[in-house]
Amino acid sequence: MNQLLPLPVLMPLLAAGVKITLGPRHPGLQRVISVTVLAAVLSVAVVLLVRADRFGPQTVQVGAWPAPLGVTLVADRLSAVMLTVSAAVTLCVMVYAIGQDVADADRRTPLSVFHPTYLLLVAGVADAFLAGDLFNLFVGFEIMLMASYVLITLGGTAARVRAGTTYIMVALLSSMLFLIAIGVIYAAAGTVNMAQLAERFQALPSGITLLAELMLLTAFGIKAAVFPLSMWLPDSYPTAPAPVTAVFAGLLTKIGIYGFIRAETLLFPGHATRPLLLAAALLSMVVGVLGALVQVDIKRLLSFTLVSHIGYMIFGVALGSAAALAATVFYVLHHITIQTTLFLVAGLIERRGGSTSLHRLGGLARTAPLIGLLFFVPAMNLGGVPPLSGFLGKLGLLQAGLADGGAFADVLVVTAVGTSLLTLYALVKVWNQAFWRVPAEMPGTSAEAEDEGAAPPSVRLPAAMVGATVALLALSLAYTAAGGPLVSLTERAAAELLSPAGYIQAVRPQEPGGPS
Amino acid sequence: MSGTVVLAAAGGALVAAGVALVLERSLSRLVVGMLVLGNGVNLLILTGGGPAGRAPILHGVPPGADRRPMNDPVPQAMILTAIVIALGTAAFALAIAYRSGRLGDSDDDDVRDDIEDRRVTRGRHELRTQVRARRREFREWSREQRGQIRGARRELRAGIRAERERRAVDDPGDLDDGDDESGSDR
Repeated sequence: MNQLLPLPVLMPLLAAGVKITLGPRHPGLQRVISVTVLAAVLSVAVVLLVRADRFGPQTVQVGAWPAPLGVTLVADRLSAVMLTVSAAVTLCVMVYAIGQDVADADRRTPLSVFHPTYLLLVAGVADAFLAGDLFNLFVGFEIMLMASYVLITLGGTAARVRAGTTYIMVALLSSMLFLIAIGVIYAAAGTVNMAQLAERFQALPSGITLLAELMLLTAFGIKAAVFPLSMWLPDSYPTAPAPVTAVFAGLLTKIGIYGFIRAETLLFPGHATRPLLLAAALLSMVVGVLGALVQVDIKRLLSFTLVSHIGYMIFGVALGSAAALAATVFYVLHHITIQTTLFLVAGLIERRGGSTSLHRLGGLARTAPLIGLLFFVPAMNLGGVPPLSGFLGKLGLLQAGLADGGAFADVLVVTAVGTSLLTLYALVKVWNQAFWRVPAEMPGTSAEAEDEGAAPPSVRLPAAMVGATVALLALSLAYTAAGGPLVSLTERAAAELLSPAGYIQAVRPQEPGGPS
Repeated sequence: MSGTVVLAAAGGALVAAGVALVLERSLSRLVVGMLVLGNGVNLLILTGGGPAGRAPILHGVPPGADRRPMNDPVPQAMILTAIVIALGTAAFALAIAYRSGRLGDSDDDDVRDDIEDRRVTRGRHELRTQVRARRREFREWSREQRGQIRGARRELRAGIRAERERRAVDDPGDLDDGDDESGSDR
């Protein structure tokens, strides 16, 4: 059964190859292939999740080379649950993109570019989640980033090329830091296998492990857009096409968070960087949400709230207790889904209202009540309104923060509550201006602006786009409905993260605990 | 071991050159800087693999034939992977740099400012210059007004003085003509 493990990486890779061979021919067949492959990845991920939950970490040694030598793929509860949610999200976004494609048959995004690249992105994401050694994690990051460079500059318009350059250069620099970190770690510990590193780091002087930890966290921090390293994100994400922005915002930053969780539990369990992480979390929350408050473009506003909510996850990682980690994992799952949904809705708004600028939108609640509903529920969820999953995640984090007892943690709890309120305020501002405002109240309503506003309402929203958004919304509501089992699953995942012996034993069964 | 020192020094020099290039604004220099930086990092990883040694191939070597220690193959494998990745990325980055240069209105391939940032800063800048201009206008206007008021006052005073002098000539006993008139009415 463990032979299933490479499939989430291999299937999209193979499908991408097939699609590049097909080129622009057989668009219908290509769409079927994309959706089938992503659905298959999802089902494999679900099977892996069930098996990882029941029988402990699932491993496969690629090419039958034993663990420290060869490439190991590992699916423990954290990897499997992240993989499952990301597969569900990528599937929905694919359906959305196909809906957009079919609707814009006259000026469609190049099918022969988008589909293979998107599948490569999925393969890279799966590889990063399943990687059992640091170098494979690096390769997974690179596959994903390479695909993301193409996706963010899709179409090659001036705005996208400009935004893409920032993104590419920042990503290249972070990859370089990651590579240097791997070099340092290999020179110090003689291995890049994470299970073996966990053992060997304990024998190394704390200065060297601190250096390695800081370098890894910087590389992950750039990818996760933690505050001082987050400036690239709101500049580069909003210009890309809606499905691309949605999947980037939902998934790509969370892979950085996944790196943080792995590094802080398996590799460096000593919490040497705790004050640093707490400070970064505090600043991410505050700076992100203050940036969001002044934005007039919905996509940019959402990008800033993304930065601020990354702060919550870093907060949980920094606390490091079992409850905090469980809440963090839950929050990550919630946030992947909800952020993707919101960006997809922003795409729908752009289609319906002709713009995502709050200066030009108005009265959508009357003209497009369905979009109103689709925006309102995830927006309230992001703000943390009680019955929804955002509230559950935040509640868990706040409880863990209070249980921690440190003064700094208490400050962060207060900040987190304030940030949550400000997020709600920013989203309500969007709601008031884009949905409730009567179009006549809009500033600068000249005859010309009215003409522009009059054209879009005839646009019919493709069923696939709306359907995919509704599916994601349903998924986020399911987190609430299945809150009990999901929370207990994340608690089990956190318990597994905090006792890495099981992980190490699963990766290298022949040597129980002894350094080789 | 001297070989590794040379390698490390070369790696350090490449990284330094790469960082200097990456700080430039021109995209092609950025790409070249990234490549140089990557090569420096690869050299450093090679240094991390330990001292030089025999090729790490056991096949065909009789036992005990060559006692020199083998080289560590893992860093070399990692470097190979990194080189392949860097090659692909560099190709793409160069294509983007070319596209960016073609799309831009200027001749160079400098990274352009973010539109939103520029709008924010330009808006603030314009506002500031507008405020300054208005303030200058207001100052000039108030100076002018003050000058006019002063002139008017001066004229008025001169008028009053002239009037007083005239009346003093007419009626030297009394200074206040108003009272004088009301008094004469009584």
